[in-house]
Amino acid sequence: MEHNFLLSQTDKRPMYQQIMEQVKQRIAVGDWRPNTPLPSIRELATETKVSIITVKRAYMELEREGVIFTQQGKGSWVNDSQDLNELQRLELRQQVEKVIKLAKSLNISEDDLVEMIKKYK
Amino acid sequence: MNTTLAVNCKAITKHYPHFQMENIDLSFEQGTVMGLVGPNGAGKSTILRIIMGLVCADSGSVEVLGYSMPGDQVEAKRDIGYISEDMRLYESETISFHMEFIKSIFNSWDDEYAATLLRRFDLKKEQKVKGLSHGQRVKATLLLALARRPHLLVFDEPTTGLDPAARKDVLNEMMNALEDETRSILFSSHNTLDIEQISDFITFIYNGRIIESRNKEEFLDGWRRLRLINMENNPVPGLANIREIQTSGKLCTVTLNNYNDTIPEQFTSAGLSVDTIERLTLEEIFLSNVKYAREGSA
Repeated sequence: MEHNFLLSQTDKRPMYQQIMEQVKQRIAVGDWRPNTPLPSIRELATETKVSIITVKRAYMELEREGVIFTQQGKGSWVNDSQDLNELQRLELRQQVEKVIKLAKSLNISEDDLVEMIKKYK
Repeated sequence: MNTTLAVNCKAITKHYPHFQMENIDLSFEQGTVMGLVGPNGAGKSTILRIIMGLVCADSGSVEVLGYSMPGDQVEAKRDIGYISEDMRLYESETISFHMEFIKSIFNSWDDEYAATLLRRFDLKKEQKVKGLSHGQRVKATLLLALARRPHLLVFDEPTTGLDPAARKDVLNEMMNALEDETRSILFSSHNTLDIEQISDFITFIYNGRIIESRNKEEFLDGWRRLRLINMENNPVPGLANIREIQTSGKLCTVTLNNYNDTIPEQFTSAGLSVDTIERLTLEEIFLSNVKYAREGSA
């Protein structure tokens, strides 16, 4: 089966993070429902032409985040406790964290930041 | 004999009049890809030749797929596919002739796979070698090695001189050859993108020595560039893992290896503020390693 993962060379993030995001997107849009088996690490590596260790790392991090679950020697599946909403909230939290960090480094106060967010309502 | 390791070299030394190779330890597991990186003349090809039993080390031990080299090289080579620039095909013969020739020597030859590769590489087997482009020659030699289905592939600069499309074809087939946990690849390249993309392990060689050899994720994770702002012109802390410092007025860029989360704090407590922390590409690590090694030996 072709999974058509496409990694970008201009994307500054490490390859394992790009793979993580593509898995999350497939779950978020509902193509991969809960309990869907993921391609094996070797299968996805040979298909995307990315080293096995990179795919392995992506799967490990996805498991750590609770997006997938893995049974040693058997494979990985989309977690069923992970509904779409929760995943998107997680994504949002990460984005907010990034914004706060950036604001701090630019010396933008909390109040100013809140004002900026309100503008985009 | 350790059969779980594809290659296991211990303390190899080799002395030439103008080149010394010292204490090379190199090993990796079966089912994985090891990439050798390093500038021209670093010793990459010499290591590959020693592993293939084509060059005899002055001291140290070499085991390939559990076979001791060069002693057991006849048995070992049944199961190794080696591709390098100095491999010659018969100019006046066809690809088909070479396929039959290899098939007559190796009983592991897979006709069906060979036919698939011909198609994927867009090669015509009736074509004579002297009419082939560089890319077609590389693909033809790759085909001859892959169709034997060896457990270890050893490539010396497989993608050098290839156009992007041919390079992609070659990398794709290298990855396809890793169909199960027992197939391994050892290759050298100047093209850091290739190494970064498909290697599980990376070994960095400079001037006959191994500078770093580790799992690729750790390798890339270990390096960081910190962009610092130094308003009060404080001295930059002299951490042992700093590889490069560049300053421009109040801006300071520090490149370092063996990064961990306590590093930013060590700069902030010295009165510098951390603006950004960036990861490095293998190419940047390569250049930084070479620069540091040169300055260290100067």
